[in-house]
Amino acid sequence: MTRRLDKSVFIAVAAFGATLALAPASPASAAWEPTRPVEFIIPAGTGGGADIMARTIQGIVSKHNLMKQPVLPINKSGGAGGEGFLDVKGSAGNPHKIIITLSNLFTTPLATGIPFNWKDLTPVAMLALDEFVLWVNAEKPYKTVKEYIDAAKAANGTFKMAGTGSKQEDQIITEAIQKSTGVKFIYIPEKGGGAVAVQLVGGHVDSTVNNPNEAVSHWRGGKLRPLCVFDGKPMPYKDPIAEGKSWADIPVCKSQGLNMEYLMLRGIFTTPGATKDQVDFYIDLFKKVRATPEWQDLMKNGAFNQSFMTGDEYVKWVAAAEKEHHELMKAAGFLAK
Amino acid sequence: MEEIGNLFHGFSIVLQPYNILLMVIGIVLGVIIGVLPGLGGANGVAILLPLTFSMSPTSAIIMLSCIYWGALFGGAITSVLFNIPGEPWSVATTFDGHPMAQQGKAGEALTAAFTSSFVGAFFAIVVITLVAPLVANFALRFGPAEKFGVYFLAFCSFVGMSKEPPMKTVAAMMIGFALAAVGLDEMTGQLRLTFGFTHLLTGFDFLIAVIGLFGIGEILLTMEEGLHFKGRAAVINPRIVLQTWKELPKYWITSLRSSVIGCWMGITPAGATPASFMSYGIAKRLSKNGRNFGKGEIEGVVAPETAAHAAGTSALLPMLSLGVPGSPTAAVLLGGLLIWGLQPGPMLFVENKEFIWGLIASMYLGNVVGLIIVLTCVPIFAAILRIPFPIIAPIILVFCAIGAYSVNNSSFDVMMMMVFGVLGYLLKKCNYPLAPLVLAIVLGDKAEEAFRQSLLASQGSLAIFWSNGLVSTIMALGLIALFWPLISEAWNRVRSLATAA
Repeated sequence: MTRRLDKSVFIAVAAFGATLALAPASPASAAWEPTRPVEFIIPAGTGGGADIMARTIQGIVSKHNLMKQPVLPINKSGGAGGEGFLDVKGSAGNPHKIIITLSNLFTTPLATGIPFNWKDLTPVAMLALDEFVLWVNAEKPYKTVKEYIDAAKAANGTFKMAGTGSKQEDQIITEAIQKSTGVKFIYIPEKGGGAVAVQLVGGHVDSTVNNPNEAVSHWRGGKLRPLCVFDGKPMPYKDPIAEGKSWADIPVCKSQGLNMEYLMLRGIFTTPGATKDQVDFYIDLFKKVRATPEWQDLMKNGAFNQSFMTGDEYVKWVAAAEKEHHELMKAAGFLAK
Repeated sequence: MEEIGNLFHGFSIVLQPYNILLMVIGIVLGVIIGVLPGLGGANGVAILLPLTFSMSPTSAIIMLSCIYWGALFGGAITSVLFNIPGEPWSVATTFDGHPMAQQGKAGEALTAAFTSSFVGAFFAIVVITLVAPLVANFALRFGPAEKFGVYFLAFCSFVGMSKEPPMKTVAAMMIGFALAAVGLDEMTGQLRLTFGFTHLLTGFDFLIAVIGLFGIGEILLTMEEGLHFKGRAAVINPRIVLQTWKELPKYWITSLRSSVIGCWMGITPAGATPASFMSYGIAKRLSKNGRNFGKGEIEGVVAPETAAHAAGTSALLPMLSLGVPGSPTAAVLLGGLLIWGLQPGPMLFVENKEFIWGLIASMYLGNVVGLIIVLTCVPIFAAILRIPFPIIAPIILVFCAIGAYSVNNSSFDVMMMMVFGVLGYLLKKCNYPLAPLVLAIVLGDKAEEAFRQSLLASQGSLAIFWSNGLVSTIMALGLIALFWPLISEAWNRVRSLATAA
C-alpha cells in the first residue's frame, strides 16, 4: 500500500515538474535536508484558515513520512501576525523555520509601519489561493448582488459588513465594493473568520466576505446564501453543497456589477539567507504534500484556487500583489503615517 | 427519546477497551499538562493532535477531549498549592484555595476543587445531552452588545467584593486595563503603547502576567517570611477525600447556582474565565460566610471551580454546532475536526451522529474516570508541600520560566515574568489587591472590543445596550450587582423602619 502510494506521488511530482518550465531540475536529488524539527510559523490564531492549512500539512507530512524530521506548527499571531513575520526575519541562517502567509504579509507592515517587508524573507512556493465570497443571511429576501446592493443603497449607510481584523483583506474588499457601487457600509472588525460568519448567521450584520471554508457549514445548514465570488472565473468545484447548488454555480462578482477581484495568498516563505538547496528541499516537500489525497480534500472542502508557483514566477506574483495592496490601501487611507 | 437511544449507542462505542485505554492516557497526559503552567490545555492538545491522525475520528476526539478534561482538573493543583493559576479560569480558585493550603488544608481544598469541577462538568453535559440544538440557537442571539453586557456583568459582580479600600481596587483595575491595551488595537489595526518597541507588539499575555504576579510574587513573599511553606504541617490522611465529601453537600445551592452561571457563560460564548470570577463574586455576596471569603473558605473554592468547568464543557457546544470555539483549547479541537474531514456546524449533528454521541458519551465517562484518577492522587499532591522550600522553590521557578517561555517561545517573556513578579510583590506589600488587576488584563481587551463593535454598529449611540430584552436584562443585572451593597443597605433600612412602625 505504502509503496503504491509512493509511486503515485512520484508520478504526480514528475508530472508537475514537467509542466513547470521554471521548476528546478530533479528535485529528488536536493542535497540538503533538515537535521532537526522544522518550526512552521503561523502568523494567525488557532482555528483560522492559515492555521488549519498548516496543521493539515503537519498531519500529511507525518502520515506519509515525507520528511525525516517532524513539522511543528507554532502560532505567532500577535500584532496582526507581525510577531510571526518579525520572528522569521530575525532567524537568518536558520533553515529549520518556514512560515505560511495570508494577506497580512502585506497589510500588517503597510498599516502598522513595523519594520518588515516580504523581501526580508526567502520565497519558497505558492501553495494555493484562497477565494472570497459575498455572503448574506439566507432569511433575507435578496438573491442577487443587484438586489442586495439596491437594499443597501435604500438603507442609506446603515448596512453592516463584518470582517476579520482592521485594515486587512476583508476591509480592503469592503472598501472596493463601496467604491465600485457607491454604497456606504459600517465595517465591524471581528477576531476571526468563524466569528464573522456566526455574526451573520445571528443576524447582527448584513453581509460578510468570508472565505469558502469559513462559511460552508452554514451554507449547507441553510443559514447563509452566497451571492458572488471575487475571482476572475467561477470556482471549479461541481459537487452540490446546498439546495442543489455547488461552488461552481456562484457567479463571479464582475458579472454582477461588482468590479473587484481579490485572491489571498497561501504561500510559504523561509528565513533570510536560505540557500538554493534548502529552498529546493522545501519546494520538493510541498509538491509531495500537494499530491496526497488529504491535500486534495482540503482544497475541495475550502474551494481553493489551486495555483502553484515557485521561483521567479512566485516572486513576480508576490511583488505584483504587494503593489496592488499598496494601491488599494492608499486609496482607502489605510497606510501607516 | 431518540437522544437517549443515541446516547446509549455512544456508550457502546466508548466502552470498547481500546477507547477506555485512550481515555485514561488522555486524562493522565491532561493532568500533567494542566500542572505545568503555560503549557496549558490548548498547547497540549495542539502538540498531541498529530498523534491522533492515525486513529478513527471518534477514538481521536475521545483522547483529545480527555486531555482537555485532564488539563481542566490539573489547573487547580498548582493554583491551590503554589498560588500559580495555570489557566485563566483557575485564578479565582487561588483566592481561597491557596489560603486553605497555607492553613494545612491542601487536601480538603483539592478534593473540593476536583469534586466541584466534576459537578460543574457533569451538569453541563446533561444540559448538552438534553437541549443541544435549542441551546446552540441561543448562542446566535449574542452580538457585540450582548457580549459586552456579559463582560460588564462579570466586572460588576466582582467589583466591590475586595476588602481593600475601594480606591486601591480601582487603581489596580486601571493598571490592568492599561496593560491590556498594549499591542495591536483590533478595531483600527494600529499599534498602541508599544513606543516602537517590536517586543510589545503582542501586548502582555495573561499567563506571563499571572505567573509573575501570583507565582513569583508568592515565592518572593515566602522568602521574606522565612523560607518555608506555611502549609508544610499538613497532615496527610488518605481518608481526607471522604471527610471533605461529607461537608460538600452543605453547599449545594452554591454548586447549582455556579453550574447554571457556568453553562450560560460557556454557551454564550463568553467563556470559563468570566464565569469563574462572576460565580465567585456572587457566592461571596450571597453566602452566610461571605466575610471569610479570601481567607480560606471552602465555598470560595467550590463556586469558581464549578462554574469554570460547567463553562469549559458547555463551550464545546458552540464549537460543534456553530464552528465557533468558546476557548483556545476548543479552537485546536476544531482544527482536529477539520483534519478528520468533519465540518463543524449545524449539519454535524445530523450527518455524523455516531461521532457526536460518541463524544458526548465520552464526556460522561471521561469525567468519571478523571475524577477517580485525580482524587486518588490528592494525598500525593498535598505531600508536595512537605518538600523543603529551598528544594521546591527553584523547581517552581524553573517551571514558571518554562511556562512563560512556551506561551510565545520568547525569552523576552521570561524577563517580563520576573518584572511582573516584583510588581506583584510590591503591590501585595502595599495592600493593593491583585484580583481586579488580573481580571482587567484577562477581560479588558475583550470588553473593549465588544464595546467598540457595538458603538460602531449603533453609530455611537449608547442606546444599543438597551435595545432588546436580552441585552437590557443583562445590563440591568450588572447594575444591580454593582450597586448591591447600597441596595441591600437601603432594603435593610426600609425593613427596620417598617418593623419599628
